[in-house]
Amino acid sequence: MKVLELKDVSKVFYTKTQETQAVSHLSFDVNEGEFVSIIGPSGCGKTTVLSLICKLIKPTCGSVELSGNSHVGYMLQRDQLFEWRTIEKNVYLGLEIQRRLTPENKQYADGLLKKYGLWEFRKHRPSELSGGMRQRAALIRTLATDPDLLLLDEPFSALDFQTRLDVCDDVYSIIKSEKKTALLVTHDISEAISLSDRIVVLTARPATVLAIHEPKLNDLASPLKRRESPEFSKQFELLHRYLHGEKK
Amino acid sequence: MKKDFTREHLLYLRKEKLRKLAVHLTQAAVLIVALGFWELSAQLGWSDSFITSSPSRVWKTLVELIAGGTLWRHMWTSTWETLAGFAIGTALGYAVAVILWWNGFLKEVFEPYVVVLNSLPKIALGPVIIILVGADKASIITMAVLISVVITTITILNGFVETDKEKILLLRSMGANRFQIFTKLVAPANVPTLMATLKINVGMAWIGSIMGEYLASKEGLGYLLVYGKQVFRLDLVMTCTVVLCALAGLMYALVALIEKTVSRRY
Repeated sequence: MKVLELKDVSKVFYTKTQETQAVSHLSFDVNEGEFVSIIGPSGCGKTTVLSLICKLIKPTCGSVELSGNSHVGYMLQRDQLFEWRTIEKNVYLGLEIQRRLTPENKQYADGLLKKYGLWEFRKHRPSELSGGMRQRAALIRTLATDPDLLLLDEPFSALDFQTRLDVCDDVYSIIKSEKKTALLVTHDISEAISLSDRIVVLTARPATVLAIHEPKLNDLASPLKRRESPEFSKQFELLHRYLHGEKK
Repeated sequence: MKKDFTREHLLYLRKEKLRKLAVHLTQAAVLIVALGFWELSAQLGWSDSFITSSPSRVWKTLVELIAGGTLWRHMWTSTWETLAGFAIGTALGYAVAVILWWNGFLKEVFEPYVVVLNSLPKIALGPVIIILVGADKASIITMAVLISVVITTITILNGFVETDKEKILLLRSMGANRFQIFTKLVAPANVPTLMATLKINVGMAWIGSIMGEYLASKEGLGYLLVYGKQVFRLDLVMTCTVVLCALAGLMYALVALIEKTVSRRY
């Protein structure tokens, strides 16, 4: 089942002096349970694509279709936890906003906290947690509203390299065990290969689909394992050539 | 909470304590030396104590004023006016900031007016206030409000506008409306801004109430200052100034205490 479908989407931004076509005739879809990544040269409008999917901005033409009543969960580059709230209250934030803080939903959120080792920190302030734990708390906040589609906007780029690999594994295993569909935006080719079932390669601005690549590393359980596979470097080269060739 | 500290840690703590003590002692010494010099210069005739007064004369005047019972009345009047101006000015300034943050169009429309009002010396409005509001307490409070309200709006609005865009994006992706963005994010994120504004407004409100009393009043420390000047009793002027220092300092300390309690959470 398709969770998300973009059909021929274009987006033009206007300023006083110029109009910028950020996205042009972009079409791709995401199936239920899939992990899809979008990569492209920097400044190619990846974040615009996420804003379009979130319905924060409207496409100039074309359509963005989310299946059923599917609502999305957005995870940003930095964890954006509110310092004046405890971890628990941060996790409830989405439910509060959507006026769905019912005992059942609260129980579900508490369940996530317990399952992923943040229960004992639930009364702590974000600043008392490590970077990796904060990012995990941010993921649980996103999951607490039980979204049908997770949008991940370079969620690891603010972390140092060692932490990034660990958090990447962590986030991947949580998403898989919760059986969530995810769409990741990144400029990091190895991150995309190690996480995704499919990779959508975008062109430079205006963004459109250059290629759709399937890493086919699914038999390897974790992103770290995938990074070690001999296939990995071949695919890295291939994708690098796509992006590099595009720049010329 | 009792912890077992290492010897080095204890040494460090003792060093910190000594440093703090040294700061406080030096502060006291500065005051004593300044007062001593003031007194000495009056006693030895280096300066005309009729003009510059002296600590002992200030003390004597203070005792007289307290014994006469008039000081409390004047202090109370000024403090009350200041507190009213402080509260109304801050609340009104905050409300205007919320409106201007809420409506980008209004913000753009009123920005130049706010800037002009901020640069305007509010004392210039004194005569107008007296005619419009009347020469009583109301005009003094109005003055205190006018002086604190514009700076409050500017500071708070700046804080509102500079709220982390990414956090707003996060809330919007959750489906938050503008009211929720304000209550869940913008207001709590700007509690430190509000605290800073309160500190500024302590000074602003005092300026406003004393200035207002200069223009039109029958009692209050500002009235007493003007009266002292007119009858050329500089002892009285100096005493009022000292009392004002104490009151303003006390109010500032109270606000700082509130800030300390609140900022632990933000």
